[in-house]
Amino acid sequence: MSLSQSTIWLIIALLALGTFGLRFSFLGLIGNRPLPEWLLRLLRYTPVAVIPGLMAPQVFRLNAATGWPDPALLGAVVATLAVGLWRRNAIWAMLAGALTLALLTALR
Amino acid sequence: MIQPDPTPPRRAFWQGLRDGGPFILIVGPFGLVFGVVATEAGLNVVQTMAFSIAVIAGAAQLAAIQLMVDDAPTLIVLVTALAVNLRMAMYSASLVPHLGAAPLWQRALIAYLMVDQAYATSFLRYERDPGLSLQAKVAYYFGVITLVAPVWYLGTLAGALLGEAIPASIPIGAAVPIAFLALIGPMLRTLAQVAAVLVSVLGTLALGFMPYNTGLLVAALAAMATGAAVEVWTARHRPQVRA
Repeated sequence: MSLSQSTIWLIIALLALGTFGLRFSFLGLIGNRPLPEWLLRLLRYTPVAVIPGLMAPQVFRLNAATGWPDPALLGAVVATLAVGLWRRNAIWAMLAGALTLALLTALR
Repeated sequence: MIQPDPTPPRRAFWQGLRDGGPFILIVGPFGLVFGVVATEAGLNVVQTMAFSIAVIAGAAQLAAIQLMVDDAPTLIVLVTALAVNLRMAMYSASLVPHLGAAPLWQRALIAYLMVDQAYATSFLRYERDPGLSLQAKVAYYFGVITLVAPVWYLGTLAGALLGEAIPASIPIGAAVPIAFLALIGPMLRTLAQVAAVLVSVLGTLALGFMPYNTGLLVAALAAMATGAAVEVWTARHRPQVRA
């Protein structure tokens, strides 16, 4: 990296401001004003609409050698979702997924 | 009828701590990786810490460092990393009905601490307990983040200080989807939510050609619309399923 010290600090400062701006945006500006029912209905689906898509490219990334997604990761994702559905608890889901990933990676 | 939830804020805080605390198992190592990557890229310890404390967004930080190593133009670094964080604006909007009435300073603090795990864990709780008071909702959120944020800072610090003493390939990268998708299983209760997940995944994969992660945003908006449409359709055909 050949960036100057001042450029590095500029990037950190602007990223911090920009990220805070995105996080504060609606919560800060709309505040307590009521939202229409159709918008509330849309917003209820925010986590299930964003997080799976955010992770999909990494989960389904094709291995250059095999041409297939990583079976250990796919197995771990299935275990994570299944235990999350079953126990209704994110922590158990995460532990099940991590354990499955470790086991399948070790077996490979 | 929704019954008022009698959960006092103090109890809500401890419940949040219990529900969110275990995420440090993944946040700590992830912070460690960022600390190692950032210092190996040439940032000093103070800059690395400033990054993690001021931005608190691991994926965006790693994207920025990668581009800085490649000597990308500053504007490209900023646009790319902020695009990774655009989803936070959607999180922010979806918290308005729950936390919009909180005092401004609390909303500012909630915004600063808005990481995926804290957001999704809190949102799930709010949807499950519609009668939760505003104070209890705020307390729960702060409970969820109380261990996660400091462990992110400390993980980064450990990585920055230990640097090359840490083996280069901690297999944390593969575990990141696990920490995110663990949040999704507990949310899937209705056909509408399942439909939203499918549109989100297929849409993002299909729109992978779009620049700066914008495919994710388009897919997410389509997924939200799908969820809402399926909800309306289900309610019309089976009015008794929505409590």
